[in-house]
Amino acid sequence: MEALTNRVKKVDRRKMNLWERMYLPAVFKGMAITIRHMFMKKVTINYPEQKRAFSPVFRGLQVLNRDEEGRENCTACGLCALACPAEAITMEGAERKPGEEHLYREEKYAAKYEINMLRCIFCGLCEEACPKDAVYLSETFAPANYQRKGFVYGKEELLIPDPKTDPEGFAKAKGSRIAHPEGHGNEH
Amino acid sequence: MYQNQILLSFDWALLTEKLVLIVIVVMVSLFVAMYSTYAERKVAAFMQDRRGPNRAGPFGILQPLADGLKLFFKEEIVPSFSSKFLFILGPFLAMLTAIMVSAVIPWGDKFHIFNRDVSLQIADINVGILYIFAVVSLGVYGIMIGGWASNNKFSLLGAMRAASQIISYELALGIALIGLLMVTGTLSLNEMVGQQKDQIWNFFRQPLGFLIFLVCAFAETNRTPFDLPEAENELMGGYHAEYSSMKLGFYLFAEYVNMFLSGAVMTTLYFGGYDIPFVNDANLVQSIGMNWVAIIQGAVFFAKISFFIFLFMWVRWTVPRFRYDQLMNLGWKILLPLALLNMLVTGALILLSQNHWHF
Repeated sequence: MEALTNRVKKVDRRKMNLWERMYLPAVFKGMAITIRHMFMKKVTINYPEQKRAFSPVFRGLQVLNRDEEGRENCTACGLCALACPAEAITMEGAERKPGEEHLYREEKYAAKYEINMLRCIFCGLCEEACPKDAVYLSETFAPANYQRKGFVYGKEELLIPDPKTDPEGFAKAKGSRIAHPEGHGNEH
Repeated sequence: MYQNQILLSFDWALLTEKLVLIVIVVMVSLFVAMYSTYAERKVAAFMQDRRGPNRAGPFGILQPLADGLKLFFKEEIVPSFSSKFLFILGPFLAMLTAIMVSAVIPWGDKFHIFNRDVSLQIADINVGILYIFAVVSLGVYGIMIGGWASNNKFSLLGAMRAASQIISYELALGIALIGLLMVTGTLSLNEMVGQQKDQIWNFFRQPLGFLIFLVCAFAETNRTPFDLPEAENELMGGYHAEYSSMKLGFYLFAEYVNMFLSGAVMTTLYFGGYDIPFVNDANLVQSIGMNWVAIIQGAVFFAKISFFIFLFMWVRWTVPRFRYDQLMNLGWKILLPLALLNMLVTGALILLSQNHWHF
C-alpha cells in the first residue's frame, strides 16, 4: 500500500534483549535525565512579584480616553454598543452645559458608560468602531471580584487618569498600544 | 518497705535515659517525615522545571506546618457503612509499626553524660534484623485493616494489592539478607555497624544483595514504581480512599516515616551505619572526645539517610508505575531467583575462604 504521507514511523517490534530486559540501564538513563532537569532554568515565574510582558496585540480592559487637555473624547454615539457582539456595553448620553467645556470635548457626552466585564469577550470591535478615539483596549485584565456586580465597570473604573493632573497614570493606562495606534494589529 | 525495694531495684537512670532517647527518636522521625513531604514536593517541582511550594515562609519551609494544620481542620468522616473500630485502628497501626522500627537502629556510638555512657540505640537486641522483619510484616495490617474496614471495593482492591505485594517482596528481601547475614555472622545491628566501622562497607561485599534489598524496600514502602496499592488514577487512592482529616494524614505520614526508617536500615546494613567515611573513628575519639564524635556520627548517619530519601524521591519522579502482573513477575521470577543465587554464591565463597581457597 502506498503511504499517503511521509510521517509514518516504523515501530521496532523486536523482542527485548537481555540488557534491555534488565530495565536498570533504562532506569539509570531516566534518572540521569531527571537529575539534569533539577539544575535547569525554571519555566515558572513567581507571578505577583514577576509578571510576563503581554504580546503587542494583547487586548485587555477597556479605557475611556481623554485628549491632551484632559477632556473626555466620548460623545455617547453608541457605535461601540452597536458593534459589541456580546452586548456588554450600555451608555446614556447627556448634553454638555455651558462651563463644562474643560470636561467634555464635544457638545454631547456619556453620562453613564458601563461595560460588563463578564460579558465582554475582549474582541476589540468597540475600539475599531469608535470614530472619536474614545475607547481603547489596554494592557491589563480584570482582577478577581467577589460579586457579579463588581464586574460591571462604570466610568470611574474605565476613565483614563487626567493627563494634566496625573501624567504618569495617564501614560501607564494608555500603554504602548494607544501610543502607536497604527501598530495594534487589528487593521489587517 | 517491700514496695521501696522493688522501686529501688529498677535502674531508674537507665529507664529515664531510654525514655528520653525514645522521645527524641520518635520526634526526629516525625520531624524528618514532615519535612520529607516538603522535600518531595520540592524535588518533584525541580525535576519538572517548576519552583515548588515557596509561599509559606522563606522558600516555603513552613509549608508542612500549613499542610498539617489544614488536615487537622478537615472534617473527620467515618463512613456509615464502615466497620468503625477497625476503620480507626487502621491508620494508628500503620503509624505504630512504622515508628517501631526505629527502636533497634543505632543512631550513633556512645554519649558520655552525667558520668554515664549512654548508648544511642534504644534497644540493642541480638535479633535486631528479625525484629525489623517482624514489625515490617505487621505494617501490612495497617493497610489491610484500613482497606477492609472502609467497605469500599476500591479500598479493598488497594489493600489486597498491598498485602500480596508486600508479602511477595518480603521473600526476596529476606533471602537477599541471608547473604548478608552469612557474611557478617550476626543479627544485631549494633554489631553489624561495629564490623563495618573503619572497615569495608557491606555494600562492597554484597552488591547484588543490596540491589535486591533496595528494590524490595521500594516495594515495601509502597513507593513508585511499586505504588500500586494507592494508584491514584486506577483506584482513587486505594486503601485510603475513604479516609479524611488526620487519619488520612497518618497514612500519608506513615509512608514517609517508613521511607526514613528504611533508609536508616539500608544505611545500617550496607553503608556502615553511623560510621564516618574516610576517618578512623577510634582515633577521632582520642583527639576530640566521645561526645563530639557521637554528634558527628549522628550527622553522618543523617546525611546517608537523606541520600536514600532523595533516591526514593528521585526514582518516584523518574519511573512510571508497574502493571500488576509485571510487579509479580519481577518479584517472583526475577528477584527471588536472583536472591537465591546471591545466597548460593555467597555461601560457596565463604566455604571456599574457610577452606583457604582449596576445592
